[in-house]
Amino acid sequence: MSEASRNSTPDPQAARRRAVSAFAQADAGFLDAAWQRLGAGRRVGALRGPESGLVMVRGRAGGGGAPFNLGEASVTRASVTLDDGAVGHAMVLGRDGTRAHFAAVFDALWQDETMRETVEREIVAVIEAALAETDAKRRSETEATKVDFFTMMRGED
Amino acid sequence: MYVAVKGGEAAIANAHRLLADRRRGDRSVPALTLEQIAGQLALAVDRVMAEGSLYDPELAAMAVRQSRGDLIEAIFLIRAYRTTLPRFAASSPIDTGRMLIERRISATYKDLPGGQLLGPTFDYTHRLIEPDMAGDGLVAEPVRRDPGEAGPAPRVMDILGDEALIEGDGADDGVEPTDLTRSPLAFPAPRDLRLQALARGDEGFLLGLGYSTQRGFGRTHPFVGEIRIGEVEVEVDLPEFGFPVVIGRVRVTECQMVSQFFGSKSQPPQFTRGYGLVFGQMERKAMAMSLVDRALRADEFDEERRAPAQDEEFVLAHCDNVQATGFVEHLKLPHYVDFQAELGLLRTMQREHVARSTDGTSPCGAGQPVGEGGEDVDE
Repeated sequence: MSEASRNSTPDPQAARRRAVSAFAQADAGFLDAAWQRLGAGRRVGALRGPESGLVMVRGRAGGGGAPFNLGEASVTRASVTLDDGAVGHAMVLGRDGTRAHFAAVFDALWQDETMRETVEREIVAVIEAALAETDAKRRSETEATKVDFFTMMRGED
Repeated sequence: MYVAVKGGEAAIANAHRLLADRRRGDRSVPALTLEQIAGQLALAVDRVMAEGSLYDPELAAMAVRQSRGDLIEAIFLIRAYRTTLPRFAASSPIDTGRMLIERRISATYKDLPGGQLLGPTFDYTHRLIEPDMAGDGLVAEPVRRDPGEAGPAPRVMDILGDEALIEGDGADDGVEPTDLTRSPLAFPAPRDLRLQALARGDEGFLLGLGYSTQRGFGRTHPFVGEIRIGEVEVEVDLPEFGFPVVIGRVRVTECQMVSQFFGSKSQPPQFTRGYGLVFGQMERKAMAMSLVDRALRADEFDEERRAPAQDEEFVLAHCDNVQATGFVEHLKLPHYVDFQAELGLLRTMQREHVARSTDGTSPCGAGQPVGEGGEDVDE
């Protein structure tokens, strides 16, 4: 949805940010199946969680002013380590521990430079494409409800 | 004297078992699934999330199911649940300007950039019950139209703001917002605290107050500058990453209410504003919130506070339906001893009254109030 998540960039921090944001929004079943394929033979150790908690979601007064506390959202976070020592983290909306676990696993795998391109191509790009497709569908459905105003002439001239 | 009364355990256990039975209803009818509640009673679920102050559609659907559709009871369940969880972080403020818009209308600008998008609205329906609702007929797929390569729709406020005809959003002074779940409500309350209280406040209460401002109790003469509904990304800056990451999306409703002019010696006359922001698709609530937000800003515009909607303590202390339910419903609890005490007092007073009238010394009629003995004293 955001610009940063659509344009690929050479900045590794921005690239990881984009990847992590994608993992967080993926379906748990998709991540699980992808890990069976890409992570075969790798051992995953749990460092923390998955554990459920809350994030206070903030808004801004007037939309762009001082922040205020809108309300909380349930989240699940996890941290894992792979046997090569890479540490992965995740925080996802909702209470799905499996999704948080695999999101952290893929963050760790993404950090393995020999795997990065594969993860980008087979996971990040696929998730982003799925999100973009859902968004495009919803956008086009909304667009069909756009009011096309026309002016009616009244009176004699 | 304090008298402890025991008993009722078996009655309570059986009552709860009966409740479970009635909640489930006829066993030959399939039970509701969470997907059905979240998908087909989505606006009930949205209300439970907004006023329960916890965004989690599945959990809100469970609460609706458990509460038999009593939404305030469901909100209570959600509030209780949230107290059991640790808070990991606060999000960056959501950016409603980058919303994936599902509905967006303005009553002030016909031809605003991005257009008037009606979305899935009840507006313009005839409000007649459709016979189809008795069955499960086929529902047509929505019509689609290519939106082209339109960028994010600018907020209407930014259009008016460019001409300095309307007050700005105010500055972000970088101060951590106050949180009424962490510190008790104190008056005068800053605007951030008021907005938090209103965002989780009862829709019906705020609707009534908003309506009262339109009818002259704290007149604000409002226009809907813009209402937008859609999903926004939630971004959290986590120390384990060292940069903000998107953790998912939430659906919100935002209302920008444009209100009467205000000018001073130092400032030219400008439109003022009220703001509403609520979890879920909750247009009525967001509108009511923006009306009440504006009314509560009376001091900023040297308006006299005379109406209920302008009275900060009245509004904020009573808009929470879980608190209100607690205090109103506690009246059901045994007050046997309190009531016995009042009965005793009343009997004494009546005896004295009779004695005085037979003496011929009392000037009082039959309608005399019984005085302080009528007050609830168990607070």
